[in-house]
Amino acid sequence: MARMTMIEAIRDAMDVMMARDERVVVFGEDVGYFGGVFRSTAGLQQKYGMTRCFDTPISEAGIVGTAIGMASYGLRPCIEIQFADYMYPAYDQIVSEAARLRYRSNGEFTCPLVIRMPTGGGIFGGQTHSQSPEALFTHVAGLKTVVPSNPYDAKGLLIAAIEDPDPVIFLEPKRLYNGPFDGHHDRPVTSWSKHHLGEVPSGHFTLPLGKASVAREGSAMTVLAYGTMVYVAQAAAAEMGVDAEIIDLRTLIPLDMETIKTSVSKTGRCVIVHEATLTSGFGAELAALVQEACFFQLEAPIARVTGWDTPYPHAQEWDYFPGPARVGRALVETMEA
Amino acid sequence: MTERRPLTLHVPEPAVRPGGSPDFSNVKIPKAGAVPRPNVDVDPEAIRDLAFSIIRVLNRSGEAVGPWAGLLSDGELLEGLRHMMMLRTFDARMLMAQRQGKTSFYMQHLGEEAISCAFRRALSPGDMNFPTYRQAGLLIAGGYSMVDMMCQVYSNSRDPLKGRQLPVMYSSKEHGFFTISGNLATQYVQAVGWAMASAISNDTKIAAAWIGDGSTAESDFHAALVFASTYKAPVVLNIVNNQWAISTFQGIARGGAGTFAARGLGFGIPSLRVDGNDYLAVYAVARWAIERARRNLGPTLVEYVTYRVGAHSTSDDPSAYRPKAESDAWPLGDPIIRLKNHLIMRGAWSEERHKQAEAEIQDTVIAAQKVAESYGTLHAGAKPSARDMFEGVYAEMPPHLRRQRQQAGV
Repeated sequence: MARMTMIEAIRDAMDVMMARDERVVVFGEDVGYFGGVFRSTAGLQQKYGMTRCFDTPISEAGIVGTAIGMASYGLRPCIEIQFADYMYPAYDQIVSEAARLRYRSNGEFTCPLVIRMPTGGGIFGGQTHSQSPEALFTHVAGLKTVVPSNPYDAKGLLIAAIEDPDPVIFLEPKRLYNGPFDGHHDRPVTSWSKHHLGEVPSGHFTLPLGKASVAREGSAMTVLAYGTMVYVAQAAAAEMGVDAEIIDLRTLIPLDMETIKTSVSKTGRCVIVHEATLTSGFGAELAALVQEACFFQLEAPIARVTGWDTPYPHAQEWDYFPGPARVGRALVETMEA
Repeated sequence: MTERRPLTLHVPEPAVRPGGSPDFSNVKIPKAGAVPRPNVDVDPEAIRDLAFSIIRVLNRSGEAVGPWAGLLSDGELLEGLRHMMMLRTFDARMLMAQRQGKTSFYMQHLGEEAISCAFRRALSPGDMNFPTYRQAGLLIAGGYSMVDMMCQVYSNSRDPLKGRQLPVMYSSKEHGFFTISGNLATQYVQAVGWAMASAISNDTKIAAAWIGDGSTAESDFHAALVFASTYKAPVVLNIVNNQWAISTFQGIARGGAGTFAARGLGFGIPSLRVDGNDYLAVYAVARWAIERARRNLGPTLVEYVTYRVGAHSTSDDPSAYRPKAESDAWPLGDPIIRLKNHLIMRGAWSEERHKQAEAEIQDTVIAAQKVAESYGTLHAGAKPSARDMFEGVYAEMPPHLRRQRQQAGV
C-alpha cells in the first residue's frame, strides 16, 4: 500500500474515477493548469485534458450552477470551492437546486454532483479561510455531507461520493491535509507518512456513506467527533486518562445512528466535539438524537465542546479553537457529573 | 476644487402610474424588415447595433417583410397559430379553475404566447430548455399532454410530479423541458452548464436558458454570461422583457443600460432584440441563434420585447401599479391577432375559420380538463399520497427519513 497525505489521497480518488468514468469532470478556481491552491488536482488537466479538468471564473454560483446543469445532463462533476468560506454565493444553487432536482422533478432530473471544500481552521486563515459550515448543509433535505479525517477515509469516501446518485458536500479539514493534527499547535505535527491511516490502497475502493468508524475503543464515555476533532479528542482522552470511545462520524448525513446508539448505550456518557460554532451546530442535532435514543442509559448530561459563537478570529485562533485542554476539561466534567 | 454639494439618490420611475394615460413613446420601434440578417458566423463586434434595435417581420398591414422573413410555410404558420390559441385557451381555463378553488395558484402567458411557441419550433429533439414559469408554450407546441399539464396544476392523483411542486412548475425531460425551480435566475447558469456538458461530451444537443427582465439583476444571470462567454457554450440565452417584474417596471432592473440585450455586449456575446409579439420574427431569430449554437459558434443573447397583458400571477393585481388600459396601448400588438391577420392576408385563413378554430380548441381544452379533473383537483377527489412526500428526496431513502415516514404514519 502506498503512503499518502490527505491531499494525495483526494487527488488519487479523482484520478481513479477520471480514468474509470469519462463522465467525471473536475473544475474550479485555480483547479486546472495550476492544480488547485492546495494542489488537490495537480496533474489532472495534463492527464485528462482541458475539457475534463479546467479553470473557472471566480464565481462560486457559476461553478456550482454549471455543475448542476452538467450533472443533470449526465456528467459526474466533482468540483472544488477553494475554501468552504467562499461557498455562500453558491448556497442558493446548492440548497434550492442541487438538493431538490430529484424531488421536484419526480426523478426525471437528478444531480450526481460532488462539491469539495476545504473546511475548518488552525491555519491562521482568519474569518474567511477557517469556517466549518457543515450544519448549513446538514439542515438541507436532499444533500449528503461527508467529513473525512484521514487519507484512507478521504479516498474511499470521495470515490463513493463521486459514484453516489445524489449531491454530496465533501468537506476536507484543511488542517489535516498533511498530518493528524491533535490541537497542540505549539508542537510539531506527525506526517501521514508515519500514521497507519496514511496507508491508502491503490486503485478503486469505496467506503459507504453513512457508516461511522470507531477511532478509539473505550468504555467510560462516548465522544462524537469528525474531521480534525477526532485527533483533538484522542489527545484529550490520553492526557486526561479517560477511557473514551471516540467515534469518527465520517458522514453527517446520512448519519450512522446505530454505531452512536450502541456506543452511548454501553458507556452511558456522551461528549460532542466540533470546531463549528455552538448554536444550531450539528452538535445540537447529535445531542437531541442521543437523548432520544439513549436517555435512559445516560448517567450524565450530554456535553458539547465547540468553537465559540463568534466569527473565526485571527490572532485569537487558539483561544477560539476547541483544543485538547477544553475538550479534556469536558471529558473530566462529564465523568464526574 | 469641486464644490461639495449634498448627494442625491436616483430612483427610476415608470413613465405612467394608475390614473395616467399609457405612454410607450420611450419604446423605439423600427419598421418591420429594417434590421439586417447577418450570417451566423458574424463577428459579434460587427452587430453590436442589433442589441439596440428590434428585429421585426410582420408589418402593420400584416405582411411579412425583410431579410428575416420567408422561413415558414403556410402550414407551419397555421400550426403556430393553433399552438398560441391552445396556450391562451389553456391559460383561460386554468385561471378560471384557480378562481373556482380547484388549485392554489396560476400564471398565464397572455400577450407572450409567440415567444415560447415559436422558439419551440426552432429546436431539435434532445435539446433542453431551462424555462421560467411563463414558457408553457414550449410544452404545448412540443406536443406534451395537456391533461398531464392540468394534472400538475391541480396537484391531483395523476400529477406527474406527485404534488410536490407549485402549479405550472412543470418538468418533462422527454419534451426538453427542465424542471422549473421557481427561484429566479438559478436555472440560467444551469443551462450554460448543460450546454457545456454537451460540448464536453462531443454531443450535438444545445440548451436554451430563459429569464425575465427583472431577474437579469440576479448575480446568477451574470455568472451565466461569464461562463457562456468563456467556454463558448452552445446555449441560447433568452430574456423575456415583458416590461413588468410583478409591480416593478423594467427600468429598475435595466438601470442605465439602453436595453437588456446590451448586457451581452460586454461579454462579447452576439446580442439581438426581437419583437416578441411577432411569431415569424421570434422563430427567425431563434433559428439563427440555435444554428449558431449548433455550429459550435457559441452563445447568443436574445431579448424578446413584449408586454405582460395579464397579472403576474393569480396573487397579483396590476391595477394597483400600472394604468388599466396600458396593454391596449402596447405598440407591438397581440401575437395571435397579428399572425391571424398575416395568414388571412396570405389567403391561408379567414375570420370564420378562426372562429371555428377557437370553438374547436375550446372544446378540446374543456375535454382535457374534464379528464384531468376526474383524477382530482387540489381540494377535491383523488390526490397524491402523503407517503409520496418522503420519496425521491434521495435515490435511496436514508434511515432518518424512513423513521420520519413511520412517525407520520404513512
